[in-house]
Amino acid sequence: MVSSLLADRQIEVGQAETSPNAIPLQSESSFSRQLSCQIWTLDGGIVGQSGGAPDVQLTDRVSEGYSQSVVNGEPWRVYTLINKELGVRVMVGDSLGVRHRLVWDVLEGLLLPGALALPILGAILWLSVAKGMAPLERLAFALRGRAPDDLSAIPDGVSPPEIESVRQALNTLFSRVAAARNIERDFTTYAAHELKTPLAGLRTQTQILRLSDDPKIRKNALDALERSVDRTDRMVRQLLELSFVEKSELAFEDTDLHQLAIELVTDLLPFAKEKSVTLETQRSAENLVRSTNPFLFETALRNIIENAIHASPECGEVLVVLEGNAVSVKDQGPGMSDEELEMMNTRFKRGHEGSPNGSGLGLTIVASAMERLDGRVVFERMKNGGQCVSLHLINGVV
Amino acid sequence: MRILIVEDDDILADGLTVGLRLTGFTPDHVATIADARAAIETVDFDGIVLDIMLPDGLGLDLLEEIRSQGVRLPVLLLTSRDRVRDRVRGLDAGADDYLGKPFDLDELSARLRAMLRRRVGRASSILSYNGLSIDTSSLTGRYGDKPISFSKREFAILSALIEHPRHILSRDMLEEKLYGWQEDIESNAVEVHIHKLRTKIGRSYIETVRGLGYRLAEEETKPSPSD
Repeated sequence: MVSSLLADRQIEVGQAETSPNAIPLQSESSFSRQLSCQIWTLDGGIVGQSGGAPDVQLTDRVSEGYSQSVVNGEPWRVYTLINKELGVRVMVGDSLGVRHRLVWDVLEGLLLPGALALPILGAILWLSVAKGMAPLERLAFALRGRAPDDLSAIPDGVSPPEIESVRQALNTLFSRVAAARNIERDFTTYAAHELKTPLAGLRTQTQILRLSDDPKIRKNALDALERSVDRTDRMVRQLLELSFVEKSELAFEDTDLHQLAIELVTDLLPFAKEKSVTLETQRSAENLVRSTNPFLFETALRNIIENAIHASPECGEVLVVLEGNAVSVKDQGPGMSDEELEMMNTRFKRGHEGSPNGSGLGLTIVASAMERLDGRVVFERMKNGGQCVSLHLINGVV
Repeated sequence: MRILIVEDDDILADGLTVGLRLTGFTPDHVATIADARAAIETVDFDGIVLDIMLPDGLGLDLLEEIRSQGVRLPVLLLTSRDRVRDRVRGLDAGADDYLGKPFDLDELSARLRAMLRRRVGRASSILSYNGLSIDTSSLTGRYGDKPISFSKREFAILSALIEHPRHILSRDMLEEKLYGWQEDIESNAVEVHIHKLRTKIGRSYIETVRGLGYRLAEEETKPSPSD
C-alpha cells in the first residue's frame, strides 16, 4: 500500500528533506495503530513514516522480505520492500507485543466466560438428566423389588410416557414367560396325576404277590406287573414327548411328507410285526413337499400310527395315505364311539375298551402338535368300520 | 361283602379285584359310569370303590347322582388328586372315605371294613352272636376259648347271617354275597358251605327254614362245638 502511494506520487520523496511525510494508515481497530510504516532512502535518510512509528529504522535488514527485530525493547515483525526506481526502502512493521496482546485478549474473552459457564451448565445438565432418568430408576427399583415368581404386568402409572414402549415390551415378555411357566406347571401336575394310576396298579399287584400263594394268581400278578411297567414306560415317553411338543421352537421348513411317512413306517414296522399288523403307505402322484415343522408333524403322525396299530385286530392292516395337504391313517379296529370322537381332545381321555395300551396322552400330543402347526386333526369312522384319522396342514403349500 | 369296583385302568382294576377277593370281599368290576349305574340298580352291593376320572365322566358326578336318588351305599373314592381341596369336594359329594393313589391294599380293605361297620352302626370289627365271635378283619372266629378258622366263602356266609341275626336269608341272597359276576357259581355251593360251617361251629347254630333259606338259631340255644 505504502509502495503504491509512492508509485502514484502521492508522497513525494524529494519533499522530505527536513521533516518526514506523514503516511496515512487506515485504522480498522485499536490494534492497527501498532502497525507502523517507514520509508527510507536507500542511503539511510527518512522519507516519511506513519504516526507512532519509532524514530529509528524498524529493521537493519537491507534486502527485501520478512525479518524480526527489537526496537526500543519492543519486538517487531517487519516486511521490507525496495523500490529501486525511486531509490527508497519501505518498511512495514507489526508490533509483536500487540499481536500477543491480541491473542491473549481473544483467549481471555472466550475462556473466562466459558470457565464460568461450563460448571453451571454442567450442574444444570446433571440435575435435569437425573430428573429425566428418575422414572427409569423408579421402574428399575420396582423391577428389582419383584419376587422371582411375580410375573404380573407393570401398572400404567409407574412409567412416564417416554418409556411407555419399554413398559409394554416388558409386560409382553412377562405374559409370555408366565404362559410358558403355566404350561410347565400344568404339565408337572398332569404328569404326576397321570402316573399315579399305573403306580397304584403296580403297588396293588405287588401286594397280591405278597398275599397269595396260589401260583395262578401269582402268575397273573406278575404278568400284570410286566404290562404295567411297559405301559408306564410308554406313558413317561409320551409325557416327555408332550412337553417337547409344547415347548419346541416353531421353525417351518420345506418337508417331503412322503419321505417323512416312509421313514416313520420303517421305524414302526417292528412294532407292527409284533402285533402281526401290516403297515403300508400310499401316495398320490403330486409333489408332497410342504412347509411345516418336521418334528411336530412327525410326532403327531407317529402317535396316530401307533394308536392305529394298537387298535388293529390281529393280522389287520394300517394304511398311511398321503393326499394333498393331508395325511390319513386308516385302521381296521373297532373305531371310536360318537362320545369318544367328541371327547377326543381332553387330556384325561383314555382310549376305548380293548386297547390296553391306549393312553389319552397320544391323542393329546397329536392335538397339541397340530394346533401349533396351525393344522387340523379329523377323526372319522369309515363305512366298513375302522378308524380314519387325518392330519391336515392348512397353510402348508410351498 | 360284595363290593363294586368302578375303575377304568385294567391293571389297577384287576389288582383291586384280586386283592379284595384275597382279603375276604366279593368284588365286581366295571370300567364306566354307565356300567356302574346299571350294576347298582341290579345288585345289592355292600359298598363301592369309585375312581374319579372315568372315560365317560367324573366319578363324583355318579356319586352325587346316586346320593340324590337316596342310595345310601358306602362309597370310597380313589383318586390321583390328593389335595385337601379334592378330598373336601369328594366328601361333600357324599363319599364316606377317600384314598389317594397309589394306596396300600391292606389300608383299602381296612377302610372298606370300617366303612361297612359304620353302615350297620358297629364300632369294632368283631361280631358276636350266641357265644361265637368273628373278626371281620382277620376272617377268624372264636368260640369260647377255641379259635376257629374259616374259608373266605364260609366267612362271607357266616358274617351275612350274624349281621342279620333274626332274618331269614335266602339261598339266592347268600349266593350273591359269595360270587362276583365273573365267577362261576357252583350249583350247591351255599349248601356245601353251610354244611362245613355246621361242622365247625355246631349243627344247631344255623337253622334251615325249609323252602325259604337260613337263619341263626335263637340265642338261648347253647350249641356245643362238638355237636
